[in-house]
Amino acid sequence: MRNPPLSRNVIRGTVHAPRHHDSAAKQVAGEALYIDDIAEPKDLLNLYIAQSEKAHAKILKLDVSAVRRAPGVVVVLTADDVPGINDASPIAGDDPVFAEEIVEYAGQSLFAVAAETLDQARAAAKLAIIEYEELPAIVTVEQAMAANSFVLPTREIRRGDASASIKAAKHRLTQRFEIGGQDHFYLEGHVALALPGEDGDIFIYSSTQHPTEVQHNVAKFLNLSDHAVTVEVRRVGGGFGGKETQGAWFAAIAGLTTKLTGRPAKIRLDRDDDMIMTGKRHDFVVTVEMGFDDNGRVSGAEFIFASRCGRSADLSASINDRAMFHADNCYYFENVTIISHRCKTHTVSNTAFRGFGGPQGMLAPERMMDAIACYLGKDPIDVRKANLYGKKSRNVTPYQMTVEDNIAPEIIAELEKSSDYAARREAIRAFNKASPYLKKGISLTPVKFGISFTATHLNQAGALLHVYTDGSVMINHGGIEMGQGLYIKVAQVVAEVLQIDIERVKITATRTDKVPNTSATAASSGADINGKAAEAAAIAIKERLAKFAAEYYGVKLSEITFLPNRIRIGKHVVSFRDLVQLAYMSRISLSSTGFYSTPKIHYDAETLSGRPFYYFAYGAAVSEVIIDTLTGENKVVAVDILHDAGKSLNPAIDLGQIEGGYIQGMGWLTTEELYYDDKGILKTHAPSTYKIPACSDRPAIFNMKIFEQGENVEETIFRSKAVGEPPLMLAISAFNAIADAISSVTDYRFYPELNAPATPERVLMAVQNISETAKTHKLTEAAQ
Amino acid sequence: MRQKVRYVHRGEIVELENIDPTKTVLNYLRYEKALTGTKEGCAEGDCGACTVVLGELVNGKLKYQAVNACIQFLPTLDGKELITVEDLKEKDGALHPVQKALVDANGTQCGFCTPGFIMSLFAEMHSTPKTDRSHINDVLAGNLCRCTGYGTIVDAAVAVAQSSEKDRFHTEMTATSALLAALKKDSGLHLTWLDRHYFAPKTVDELIDVLARYPDAILLSGATDVGLWITKQHRELTTVIYLGQIQELKEIETQEGGLKLGASVTYSDAWAPLAELYPDFGELIRRIASTQIRNSGTIGGNIANGSPIGDTPPALIVLNARLHLRSKDGPRDIPIEDFFIDYGNQDLKPGEFVEAVTVPLPKVDAKFATYKISKRFDQDISAVCAAFHLTLKGDTVEDIRICYGGMAGIPKRAHLTEKAIIGQTWNETTISDTLPLMEEDYQPLSDMRASNQYRMLAAQNLLRKFYVETSTPEVPTRLLGEGGFACA
Ligand SMILES: Cc1cc2nc3c(=O)[nH]c(=O)nc-3n(C[C@H](O)[C@H](O)[C@H](O)COP(=O)(O)OP(=O)(O)OC[C@H]3O[C@@H](n4cnc5c(N)ncnc54)[C@H](O)[C@@H]3O)c2cc1C
Ligand code: FES
Ligand code: FES
Repeated sequence: MRNPPLSRNVIRGTVHAPRHHDSAAKQVAGEALYIDDIAEPKDLLNLYIAQSEKAHAKILKLDVSAVRRAPGVVVVLTADDVPGINDASPIAGDDPVFAEEIVEYAGQSLFAVAAETLDQARAAAKLAIIEYEELPAIVTVEQAMAANSFVLPTREIRRGDASASIKAAKHRLTQRFEIGGQDHFYLEGHVALALPGEDGDIFIYSSTQHPTEVQHNVAKFLNLSDHAVTVEVRRVGGGFGGKETQGAWFAAIAGLTTKLTGRPAKIRLDRDDDMIMTGKRHDFVVTVEMGFDDNGRVSGAEFIFASRCGRSADLSASINDRAMFHADNCYYFENVTIISHRCKTHTVSNTAFRGFGGPQGMLAPERMMDAIACYLGKDPIDVRKANLYGKKSRNVTPYQMTVEDNIAPEIIAELEKSSDYAARREAIRAFNKASPYLKKGISLTPVKFGISFTATHLNQAGALLHVYTDGSVMINHGGIEMGQGLYIKVAQVVAEVLQIDIERVKITATRTDKVPNTSATAASSGADINGKAAEAAAIAIKERLAKFAAEYYGVKLSEITFLPNRIRIGKHVVSFRDLVQLAYMSRISLSSTGFYSTPKIHYDAETLSGRPFYYFAYGAAVSEVIIDTLTGENKVVAVDILHDAGKSLNPAIDLGQIEGGYIQGMGWLTTEELYYDDKGILKTHAPSTYKIPACSDRPAIFNMKIFEQGENVEETIFRSKAVGEPPLMLAISAFNAIADAISSVTDYRFYPELNAPATPERVLMAVQNISETAKTHKLTEAAQ
Repeated sequence: MRQKVRYVHRGEIVELENIDPTKTVLNYLRYEKALTGTKEGCAEGDCGACTVVLGELVNGKLKYQAVNACIQFLPTLDGKELITVEDLKEKDGALHPVQKALVDANGTQCGFCTPGFIMSLFAEMHSTPKTDRSHINDVLAGNLCRCTGYGTIVDAAVAVAQSSEKDRFHTEMTATSALLAALKKDSGLHLTWLDRHYFAPKTVDELIDVLARYPDAILLSGATDVGLWITKQHRELTTVIYLGQIQELKEIETQEGGLKLGASVTYSDAWAPLAELYPDFGELIRRIASTQIRNSGTIGGNIANGSPIGDTPPALIVLNARLHLRSKDGPRDIPIEDFFIDYGNQDLKPGEFVEAVTVPLPKVDAKFATYKISKRFDQDISAVCAAFHLTLKGDTVEDIRICYGGMAGIPKRAHLTEKAIIGQTWNETTISDTLPLMEEDYQPLSDMRASNQYRMLAAQNLLRKFYVETSTPEVPTRLLGEGGFACA
């Protein structure tokens, strides 16, 4: 249906209504184009990147002469061929595109080969003569801590005297645990296609969440002005943070090839290369100590985080800051110390991943709540309630932001009821008494996630809106569509503001020459900031049309109303299209930009205090699991979710984010294990060995609901809330439920040590260890 | 022999000659035909983004099966119908019922996995669609989606199963079948390209003949291993002999001695007959890979590759299956256990091939169980795979056969443990007393799938589990499968 009849009562595509993803019909037919699907230009060169085989080594010799002579090879690129700055980092200038003198992770790019075919390029790369002098490699967080190896200085947040109050508390508990990293495993790997333009300009298709950064990095690398490089992204096949900074060097290499040869050049990483060469979620080692009273209320808390940042800084500063900002989750810790070490290791530089440090930070208090409950013999939900932020008092975070929109208590209460938590917990305990080998567990955990980029300046967005003379509209903005439904949400905003059917709104590919200086589509901010920018552009047009109509028809502005697809102007009713025609004939501009910068936020990066977040998004989940104590195999069998999307812009899209986020978080905490050998070589670099959730891993019972009373207290886009990242952390309930099931083998007298992900191996070992502990304890008790 | 590949696409016979015989179907589609709807997500058969559907005449009936285009070699299309995501829409542009169902269920986000899901659902629509959740899980086990969390896609699968709508492919079935029937009459295939050869004989005799001439040739069955030699190891194979066109190797017969499965019987086809004899064997097959891989991968390949982590050998070994080998010198039968000599070394002579395997029928007093442990339940390789076969006389163990995959360089029996149990009473003490012997039977390795400690402990616990299940069947021990706790 090209031109469905215009609606009269309500436009199609309002906000707050479910609507399919804008590309759905194309996606199911294989017609949605990803970069590797674009018809290949003639003369295309294919690129292959040769990688370091050592985690840490001096390069004594890199001789590519045989590579140059190999069949089909057109050009070989090394650090010496870079006309500009050999760096593709987001901030620190420490990510060489091609290694010079030293390699710092296995998989680091050494040189690139451009050949007529990919097979030729790959085969030629093998002909290089490379000599290394191996240096000691730091692989783990422990090794880095022992060697004082850091990419960035250690940071601290302190309020009160945590250690004194822990000492003074009636009870104390300490937990130490490791949290594994996570590969993004977007289904579409990194890819860039560079095309030559006039004047030496370069046009790049890049599968990136941050076209502006790609543009800037390519320009810097090629020694060109930013204006000479244009980057376009229509969609990416999944990003999850993995395409926030990581795409730049591939684009740079493709761009350089084009610059040197004048030919189009494509680089597409296969799965193994993608997983070996690009960054992942940071793994953490966490130590937490808390002092608390008989009710489990915490008076003092001390967190020590140490994360594996890999070889360079990348976004590790903000990621670790965000981990610190989420060590409180929904809880008020009166006296608190949060320390964050950012370890340098000889592994791939870790990067943004949905939640951006928040999930790792949040796991710490959530595990503690359960450990405390176990220690006191209480229901963990009661310990959580005893520690929740208050509404009027006990409502200031460790980083000095007042929590003004706390709805955690309401969400927890509603979910506790709707999930029948208490009765199920009892039933599970009864089941466990009767079942010697299979054990069930349950847990309810809440989420409070801060929304905004912690780097304040990034909280800005631009949009460009054209109205054509037939009344159809083009909207463009700086956000990237990576499946999250950003484009359709923004189109809904435009349709709503202009009161036109959504088919009249064309969403076009994001391009640096349409909207400049954009921020990454990240921090869940996509719809928040780009929606607002698009709204601003649409309002500008609407106001311009209204003013024009008032003058043209000689009526007051107040007599003008935008009805569905038409405008009432005093006594006249004119279709949107006709009004646009009139405006055009009267030489009124029908194009506008829109701009938005998030208000209220401010934050001192030195003291780590202020208001880094415009608002918080909330949610809670109850997960039920079953484990096999003979093998450690485990399965999430049921989940109940209540999530806050404010006044949801598009509930169909938001439910997709909630479910997808939970399952992705569940994968992070259960089956997805990154395994490096002691030489720092990643052994899990393909789906054969790296296991993201499959269809049957989705809990058979999956109840989810958007919190109905949800409404952003802040003036966000139609009072909605960001929903990209927060649901991932709902899966902490699955991890805690596994711990609960393990605890049952000691009749809940002990809380297990359990590292994430809870693979069968980790669960079985935890069962072994906790059984030992219980046995030893019994023996000591008996002896006394 | 014939020198052109002939397959059916969009109602016509397509002929190919002068092709690289190990070019994958996926690369052919994407980079030669510009049919880019089919995606590459892994190039190793694990993600399903490349799923296409092949139509074949089986006993005169057109059968549609999903396979992974990324690891299938182009000439194996010979004699089949190829259907890709681009072929589904109606001529007027209307979406296919499966496509519509996925759109309506909001089952797409980034959309990169979507064409693969569509093709899996399409194949499902043309087989025996069911609405039950665990069936749908099996159908979709080979399609990874990183965005949706699967719920919406399952909704679409249910909608497809509930609808009785027919599609264009139903209407065109007779015409397609006629084309395929014509192709069936084609002779065997021999392609040459550069210095490489590809043979697809049609009979065992032809196979014996070609193999005698090229004793170093690589035998190709489902390509679920061999395909990866190309896409992952970038190897060049000089001579390839494809076994998939030999009807004799696909036969399944129940004989006196047991169930005889031809080497080229796929997991999918072996599933039901094995499940009928040994329910646990059925559950094991269900846990092997995914629908797409089960549609290609063969029992013969799973044995012949000699892998220490192949899932069927432990079960076949404890059941004392017989392996039928053959060469120009005639047939040779051995107990399957003897086939596995050492890591990378099997009792297969040059010019010899696996012809079939015979699985003995269940014995009345015997108990059989097999267990697979992996990080993920579906579409994963075993960290440990165990199989047990127990014969009791009263309370006394008359015979027990224990075999593990993942514990040694080959699928290997626990001879010391077995010996210590035989003749004892089948009770807790016997088990506890003999478990330490397992540490003499095996010295497992540590790798990314599991540590050696875990492998050992899990292996011991699985024997314990087998004991619990045989002595107190009322105690719950299974998460999955029949009566499993984690099934909806
Ligand atoms: C995604 C994926 C998941 C997998 N999951 C599992 C799993 O869960 N469990 C498991 O056990 N395996 C698994 N595998 C491995 C694989 O499926 C099996 O090993 C399979 O059985 C191989 O059979 P094939 O027909 O595909 O063999 P091919 O790949 O065609 O051949 C395998 C080897 O056997 C030789 N060969 C084949 N047929 C014969 C014959 N008749 N006579 C002599 N030699 C022969 C070939 O020359 C080759 O060396 C998986 C593979 C993939 C890609
Ligand atoms: S591309 Fe992943 S299965 Fe084929
Ligand atoms: S929709 Fe993105 S991987 Fe499935």
